[in-house]
Amino acid sequence: MEPLKRYRPLIDDFEAFLDACERPLSSAVRVNTIKADVDQVRAAFDEAGVGYEAADWNERVLTLDTDSPGTTWPSMHGWIHGQEEVSALPPIVLDPQPGERVWDAAAAPGSKTSQLAALMDDRGLLVANDNNLGRLSALRFNAERLGVTNVAVTNQDARNFSLKPFGSADDADDERRVEAFDRALVDAPCTCEGTIRKNPDVLDEWSLDHVSSVAGVQKGILTRAIQATKPGGKIVYSTCTFAPEENEAVLDHVLDMEDCRVVEQDVPMDHAPGVTEWEGESYDPSVAKAARIYPHHNDTGGFFCATLEVGT
Amino acid sequence: MSDDGAAAGDAEDTAASGGDDLRGNVGRRFARLPATAADREVEGRATREEVLDWWEMRFGVEPAAFDEYTFWEKGAGKIWALAGDVVSPIEVEAIGMKVLRTRQEHWKPTTDAVQRFGRDATKNVIELDADQARAFAAGEDLEPDWDGDWGYLIAAHEIAGGVEPIGVGLFTHGTLRSMVPKGRQRDL
Repeated sequence: MEPLKRYRPLIDDFEAFLDACERPLSSAVRVNTIKADVDQVRAAFDEAGVGYEAADWNERVLTLDTDSPGTTWPSMHGWIHGQEEVSALPPIVLDPQPGERVWDAAAAPGSKTSQLAALMDDRGLLVANDNNLGRLSALRFNAERLGVTNVAVTNQDARNFSLKPFGSADDADDERRVEAFDRALVDAPCTCEGTIRKNPDVLDEWSLDHVSSVAGVQKGILTRAIQATKPGGKIVYSTCTFAPEENEAVLDHVLDMEDCRVVEQDVPMDHAPGVTEWEGESYDPSVAKAARIYPHHNDTGGFFCATLEVGT
Repeated sequence: MSDDGAAAGDAEDTAASGGDDLRGNVGRRFARLPATAADREVEGRATREEVLDWWEMRFGVEPAAFDEYTFWEKGAGKIWALAGDVVSPIEVEAIGMKVLRTRQEHWKPTTDAVQRFGRDATKNVIELDADQARAFAAGEDLEPDWDGDWGYLIAAHEIAGGVEPIGVGLFTHGTLRSMVPKGRQRDL
């Protein structure tokens, strides 16, 4: 808990925050609407005698009264996917549409990828990228189990992501060529402070050096996402960490360097605004439009989520 | 990881990539299936028409179920289905879902394909009772009453007011062998 104490000045009810961080999280699943609807999943759990409760902000997110959702029929059928409640937020905020071209820049192990596909009705093209081949095989396994068929999986460093596999100048007249995305999700690698309720050891290796090195990677990925998205296109930047260096400071950096702006977003969970001042630094005032979700707000893990629009 | 998962799949991947020839199938390269035999440029490659015919003849799944899909081959005989289309050939880790193994006498659908497209099946579907379904999901062989075709069947069971496919079974000599890959097996 020690590293979290630096956030005392940012958080209104800091004691409630610390208390929440010490409580374990119950196991949540997301209904996979590619293969089943909410009523079918509820009926299957009723038949099996497994209790459930829907999140008050999203009927597709269920908290179960079993610790092993993986051994239920809905899981075997790919009707559900184990996914922390708050981690279902970024795809909803991104709001991808069927038929669009969407980039998931740091996609493994694929929980949000498969959720994006479901929100797209499994139509359009979803490019799921990750630099880690081992984690990509988990993504492929999850996507296929969940019945996702509109995804292309790539193994690149997102900071230098190349669209060349999706068509070159020779394919200039080919409408199948992908030159830019309509939307992108940058659910960036981070120090994961917000997952402490699930992984109590997550802060053991915490250091400010680690924070700054991860922040460098985050800036690189978000920059590339802005470049690879069409003018007027939307990008959601999210992390599961509290450190402003990895959140508002990353937004502040791309606002300086790239043609984009932070826009208002619809966040259906309790949250605090982005911070504009931290340890002597001040950030662009528009980063206040970001959402900080603390564990005591909705009894979930912690998250950060912001929406950017690419300049036209 | 795709249908064959952590079990046989990786070995198959390696074998198939090693067997690629220069004209046809290359490592991580996916090529769109030709529409018909007249359009075929790579020997032995299945055509879209053959794939649609196979689903219809084997399981009664209407070709219209695949109207929005393109089919792709990577490695010799592994067929993937993509909702939509991209340039061909394309070098990526995966596109869409691995659905079928061709280039052998009996084509074999994947567990994931049967779960995704098998709800529309009207034949060669064997409905299991609750105990059988549980055993099948755990990878166990069964000796069900079945006087229909031999070969690959869709094993299904009743759940939440409908009949839902679980996976692929191979029926021969009175035995239904569960083809559910290790990584997809569950103790329910």
